[in-house]
This record gives sequence, structure tokens and C-alpha cells, in this order.
Amino acid sequence: MEFFHRATSFPFMSTRRVWYGLSIVLILISLVSLATRGLNLGVDFTGGVTVQATFPAAANRDAVITALTAAGYADPQVTMFGTSREIAIRLPPTRQSTEEVRGRIDQILHGIDAGATIQQVEVVGPQIGGELQRSATQALIATLLLIFGYIAVRFHTWRLSLGAILAVLHDPILVLGAFSLTRTPFDLTVVAAMLAVIGYSLNDTVVVFDRIRERFHTGRRLDPVTVLDQSINQTLSRTIMTKVVTLIVVVALYALGGPVLRGFSEALIIGIVAGTYSSIYISSAVALDCGLRAEHLLATAAKKPLDDLP
Amino acid sequence: MLEFPRWKYVLVTLVVLIGVLFALPNLFGDDPALQVERKNRAPMDDFARQSIEDLLHKQNIAIKRDFIDSGRLVLAFGDVASQLKARDTVDATLSDVDRAALANASRAPAWMRKIGLKAMPLGLDLRGGLYLLYQVDLQGAVGQLLESYEQSFRRALNEAKLPFTDITTLGGGGGIANGLRVTLPDGADAVATEAALRKVDVNLKFTSGSGASGAAIDMILTPAQIKAREDYALEQNRTTLTNRVNELGVSEPIVQRQGLDRIIVQLPGVQNSAEVKDLLGKVATLELRLADTQNNALQAQQSGHAPLGTKLYKREDGSPILLKREVIVTGDELTSATSTTSTEGPAVSIKLDARGADSMLRTTRLNVGKPMAVVYIEKSRRQVEVNGQKVDRDSTSEKVINVATIRGVFGPQFQVTGLSSGEARDLSLMLRSGSLAAPVEVVEERAIGPSLGQDNIDKGVRALEIGMLAVFVFMALYYHAFGLVADAVLLANVILLTALLSMLHAALSLPGIAGIILTVGIAVDANVLIYERIREELRNGVSPQAAIRAGFDKAFSAIADSNVTALIAGLSLWVIGTGAIRSFAIVLTLGIATSMFTSLLGSRALITLIYGGRRRVAQLSIG
Repeated sequence: MEFFHRATSFPFMSTRRVWYGLSIVLILISLVSLATRGLNLGVDFTGGVTVQATFPAAANRDAVITALTAAGYADPQVTMFGTSREIAIRLPPTRQSTEEVRGRIDQILHGIDAGATIQQVEVVGPQIGGELQRSATQALIATLLLIFGYIAVRFHTWRLSLGAILAVLHDPILVLGAFSLTRTPFDLTVVAAMLAVIGYSLNDTVVVFDRIRERFHTGRRLDPVTVLDQSINQTLSRTIMTKVVTLIVVVALYALGGPVLRGFSEALIIGIVAGTYSSIYISSAVALDCGLRAEHLLATAAKKPLDDLP
Repeated sequence: MLEFPRWKYVLVTLVVLIGVLFALPNLFGDDPALQVERKNRAPMDDFARQSIEDLLHKQNIAIKRDFIDSGRLVLAFGDVASQLKARDTVDATLSDVDRAALANASRAPAWMRKIGLKAMPLGLDLRGGLYLLYQVDLQGAVGQLLESYEQSFRRALNEAKLPFTDITTLGGGGGIANGLRVTLPDGADAVATEAALRKVDVNLKFTSGSGASGAAIDMILTPAQIKAREDYALEQNRTTLTNRVNELGVSEPIVQRQGLDRIIVQLPGVQNSAEVKDLLGKVATLELRLADTQNNALQAQQSGHAPLGTKLYKREDGSPILLKREVIVTGDELTSATSTTSTEGPAVSIKLDARGADSMLRTTRLNVGKPMAVVYIEKSRRQVEVNGQKVDRDSTSEKVINVATIRGVFGPQFQVTGLSSGEARDLSLMLRSGSLAAPVEVVEERAIGPSLGQDNIDKGVRALEIGMLAVFVFMALYYHAFGLVADAVLLANVILLTALLSMLHAALSLPGIAGIILTVGIAVDANVLIYERIREELRNGVSPQAAIRAGFDKAFSAIADSNVTALIAGLSLWVIGTGAIRSFAIVLTLGIATSMFTSLLGSRALITLIYGGRRRVAQLSIG
């Protein structure tokens, strides 16, 4: 079985302006949505209280909201969590401890259904949220700088580094945009998924770069557009194969992993699709428009790369 | 002919075998269990074991098996109901030297446990429990230090009869106090004053400045001094929390520093946060008193009253001791306690503030050669219901943790010697937790229900299994024999990753499962890179064996570069990230390492084994 029986030769680079346009439009939509609608941030980021509870029969959402409001909890958010018997209650930050919250909510829920049980209570202080965002941003910036440096050293040109970083930024922005548009809850597991997305996207980009370097080595007379097209075509079946395999696992997780993994797997699915696209159309194309030529990669061609196999 | 050095075959086989061995305990699952240990950490013996067994037999509680593991008696039961019943029985009957904790006992055979093989533990999100995040008030800690210097300065200047108008705290950047200002009246001798202040602590930096009301001498703490104080405060709180958590009798608790000013406490299996917070929020203090050598402590204990001017205490081992009523030094006057090594072996080095030093000097001058004791006092406040009303009730416990002979006259700094290194460490920890602690508050609390945990893990693991199975089938369909090799390699990768996580005892949490998925993707990718390269070579008309060789050789740089890039990302997140991000990064980093090993060495070993020996290969089974 093969996706492509013969070597493909799609002219990827000649249409790059169209794809730039598409990416810019998608990124703009994402940014506008992030700016206006924002993200549906979980308690991890905002601080507050979440309570997860199970009812013996289907839960009556309105009854729960009415009872909570009557008990003095302003603006409670109640969502079904997986099945109709499980609910998640979200309350604004409070000074009460988990024990107090548990006691009061337990009472309220028992008033609605004596068989209701509380599964989980989380109380997150508001100061944690801001810090988490800061430290996640710091981690991201440090990581991107390190990767920029590594690619610049390994491939002898900043042009590829820039392409890789732009592609890598492209994918999480789209994931954020999708989460903002659909109002899907954004919690720490989604952050982990976005990190995985960045990992995948980089992986892909570097594999294409590796082929570009190799093509320039064998045919240094070739013009950059041809080399880039050849490189992407030659790695195309690998790109698709790897993505299909990963998607199999992620889709299984989405369908069977339960509500806790829903946001996580959603972010991965969007990110993997975006990452495949960006490693084909963005990373190499950006390097090309930055003036990538054979001599950039061959600057130290006399030195053999460290590719001696074990 | 394809060649692959023999030592590499040996290496691959050996690593996979060790991996299987370390991953094995994870297959057995565990039983609900009870863990009984002595409060003073003395190991349990067979006698104690027999008596507990008899006790449970009398109550008709069936013990599945029991064993002694690192000094603790572990009793495994068939179900949670008998586990809970056993806990209540043991709690009700046991003397106060023992404590029992709910735990899980692995079903793995005894020999695995004996050679230290353990399954990887589950994170709180997967098995339920209580998570508390404490914030330490570091500003308060620095404030305390300044306060103690202020006192010392006043005393030093008064003693030297040097005039000064006032001593005030100085605000550094952001209004946070980081220094002291001594303002001087007109005509005061600034040089002499500075010299007197310098004697308080030679490490302090002084500058002469000018305050609003004339000349002044400023003392600003250096960033290193502030950092040292903050570290001390954090470490002190961490130890105090660790000691308290150990008293809770929870199996496998975690108390960890996080970032600059946070402490995480994770208590698996605990649900009642109020009780725990009461216990952890206890306030400890210390008193140094002279021991009474004239009266008989045993007699006092039997008669029930202590002779005039003395007070009866208990030592940690329960034996009685009489101490003088006068307190020499209290915990507030202790500024630091660290374990060190002196010329006489392990020791605890103690520093006192001016008030404490004064009192110590006066006492030691008169009492050389006499014993002095350290009393550890703990006050706790818990809510109890009395006639339906919630009432705070304070309780105090006091015990003597050390008795040492006064060897000479000393003031602000002295050492307690004659200890083993373990004792020195324990004493310094106790002293610290009993001296002024920086205030802490709970900023985050999560109580995760065990059933939700079970549900999470069941669904997550099943989804992962089904996904992996689909990948295995797909790879075999797409790459035929090579696909089966890839499957074997993938399996080896999962085994090695499990083995590494078990070895490091890294807890598996939901983000960790995310890391495993990414790792599977990367491992598959490495194989796909190689096989696609081989197919490409075959399309170009290269002979099968040369195609295999070229495939591995040419794919290497792509695999290396893409994996190293991912490794950089993983390591940087491991170092910088916390919580979920960190547990994801740990699995990712280890996974990339195992994936590079299995796909570059393992895969090549298997394929060389299949195709390498033959002189001619007409066709490759690569789909």
C-alpha cells in the first residue's frame, strides 16, 4: 500500500502567494477572535472554583443553576460533562476552602437529588492564573530561541530558522483561534497539547529542511524553487504517513478518552492538520522569500556533516 | 550482505531485557493495603507483625498477604471494605508508637520488590487525593530578619553609649524593605557608630548617607543576603510541612518546592481538607531551659508532681525529665539553625538575636558543665462541634528533643555537638521549624475524587490501547514485513519508556499520557522516514540490500535533527515549566531518547537479521 505510487511533483512554491494569503486570513481571524471573544479560560488560569458531580439520573441543569443562585453563588456556570448524569459547576474565585465549598454544594445538590455525589472540588487562587500565563510564555519564548539557534547552526542559515519559527508560531495561533471561536474550555491539558503541536510542526519542518540541504548538496546548480519543490515532494508520502498514524491515536483519544481528554485531543487534531500545512507551505516558502540559495547551506560544505551511522 | 556489529546486537538485546524487567511490575496492578509504621521510624519486626495479624484474625478480616518493606509493615486486602475495617481496628487498638496509613500494595511477586523493582506511581489526577499549594511570605521573612538586626543595632549602640536618633527600615525597589537606616544627632561620631554596628555582623554592608534630619548610616542587605534569607525561610517551611505530613500517616506524600516562593503538598487518597489543613497549620515554637540535676525525674513522674521550681517533661522516647522553670531562650530569638561538621564531628550551629544572646551569655556564665535542654512546643487549632456550634479549640504538645552539656560561656553563636549526622540534621530541622517561620497561606486546593481518577485512567488507557492497536495494524498493512518490524520497535519503545518512568519513580498523570502519544508519533515517524527512504531508493533502481543501507544512512540526519529539535523543546520545558507542563516534558524527553535508540539501533538490528544474512535478496517486503 502506498499513498503515491510514483514520485510526485506538485509545484508547491509557485502557488505560495495564495497560501500566504490564506494563512494571513486565518491568523487574522484567530487574532481578531482572541482580541474580541477571548478564550474560555479554565480555573487554572482565572482562579475560581470547579466542582464536578454525578447524578444517579440525568441532571437538571436549570434546577442546579437556580439552587446555586438562591444559595448566594453569583453567576454559576453549569455544564454537562461527558454524559447527562455528570455536571461541572464553575464559580467565581472565593475565599472558602474546598471543604466548605464541598459541604455547601453537597447540601444544595442533595436538595435536588439525594443520590448526587461530588467527585472533585478545585479551588484555585486568582494569583496563580496570571503567573501561569507568564511562566508558560517564558517557557515558550526560551524554547523558540533555542530552536532558532539550533537550526541556524545545523543548517548554516538564519533563513531556515526564521521559516521554522514562523511555521511554529502559525500553528498554535490557529489552535488558539479555533478554541476562541468555538468557546471550547481552555485548560492546562490544552497547553500541553499545544506544546505537542509545536513539537510535531517542528519535526516536520526539520525533516523537509534536511532534504533541502541534501538536494542542494547533490545539485548545487539547481535553482532554489526547484530544490524546494523537489524536497517537499520527496518527503510528501512520509509527511502524510506520519500524520495519519498520529491522527489515528489522537482520534481514538478524542472518541474514547472521555471528557477530560476532549479539549486536549481537539487541540492536537487542529494543530496536526495546521502543522502539516505550515511545514509544507510556510516554513520553506518563507526561507525562499528571504533569499535562500544553495551557497547559504553549502557555506561550510567542505566539512562533512556528522552523518556517520552507528 | 548487510552488516551490523555483534556488540550492537548484544547492546540492543541487553537494553530491551533490562527494560522489560523494570517495566514488568506495572503489569500486576495493586491491592488496597494498610501500611503500619513506628512513629520513631524504628523498623517493624516479626513480633509486631504477628501481633497485628492476630488482631485482624480475631476481627475476621482476611489478610491477602503481608510483608515488611523498608521498616514498614504492609498488609494487603482483597477489597477496600476490609482495608477500611482493618484501618479502624488497627487505629483503635494500636499503641501510640505506631500509625497506620491507607496505601496500595503491588501484586508483583516478592522478589521484584526485594530487588527494588516498582511500578510507576500514578499522579493525583489519576488516583485521587488532596493537592495543596502554599505560598510563603518571603517579604515577611526578610522583614523578620531586619527586625532582628534593628534590635541588635539598638542594643549595640546603647552598650557602646553611642547616641542615635532612630532606626528605620528602608524601602528598596517596589517598596519592599531591604535595609535599615540609623539616623544620628548633630555632632555624633559616625565612624565610631559604624564600627559598633559592624561588630553585630561582619558580613553587613554599611554606607553613610543623609536622612531628612541630618547624618545617617544605611545598612542595605545585598541581593545574596536577601536570597539566602528567602531560601532559608522556604526551606524551613518545607521541612515543617514535611514533618507534619509525615505525622498524617499518608502513604507516598509529596512535599516539594515550586518556583521561588511556593510549596506543593500532595496527599494521595486524602479527601478531608479541613482536618489536614488544621494539622499542617500548627504553630511550633521552642524553649531552651536548664535541666534540673538535683531531683529524680522518675520519682516526680510516679508521684505526679514536680519539685518546686521545676517542670516535668517527656523526652521523645517517652522517658521523663525535669527542667528548670526559667526559660533561657525562646524560638523567636533563634535566627538560624544549620547542621554542620565541627572538629568534634557532626554538629548543629545555632545563631541567636541580641536578646537571646544576652540571656544565653548570662546563663552560661553561671552554668558551665550543666545540661541544657531544647523543648519543642506545638500548638494546633482545630474546629470541633459542641452542641451544634463550631468552636475553635487549641491544644498544645510539648516534648524535649535534645539535652546537651554547656561546655563554655557563649553568646550569639554556639554549637551543639556529640550527635550523629542524622541526629544533627533532625535537630536542626526541628529547631528551624520551631523558630520564627515566615507566614504561609494556601493559594490553591484541589480535592480529586478517587472514582473520577479511576474513570479517567480507565478511559485514557483504553483509548491509548485502541489507538496503538490501530497503528500496529495500519503499519503492518502499509509496510508488510517492515511494518511488523516497526511494530516490534514501537512496542520496545513503550516498554523502555515505562521502564524509565518506573526507574525514576516519576508519577504518571494525564499530561504524561499526552507525552506518551507524542512519543509514539515521533517513534513511528523515525521508522517511516527510514522506510520511505528505502522505497525511494528501490524506485531509483537500487538493489534491495543497498536500498536498506542507503535508507538507514540517509534517514539518519533527518531523524537526528528532528529529534534533537524536539529534545531541545522537551528539555527547556522540563527546566522552566511546572506542574502539567513539566510532567508532559519529562515523558516527552525520555520518550525521544528511547525512540532514537529503538528506531536507529533496534530497527536496524531486526532488519539486518531478516535480510542481512542472505547473499542475494530479490525483493523486500515493504509494501
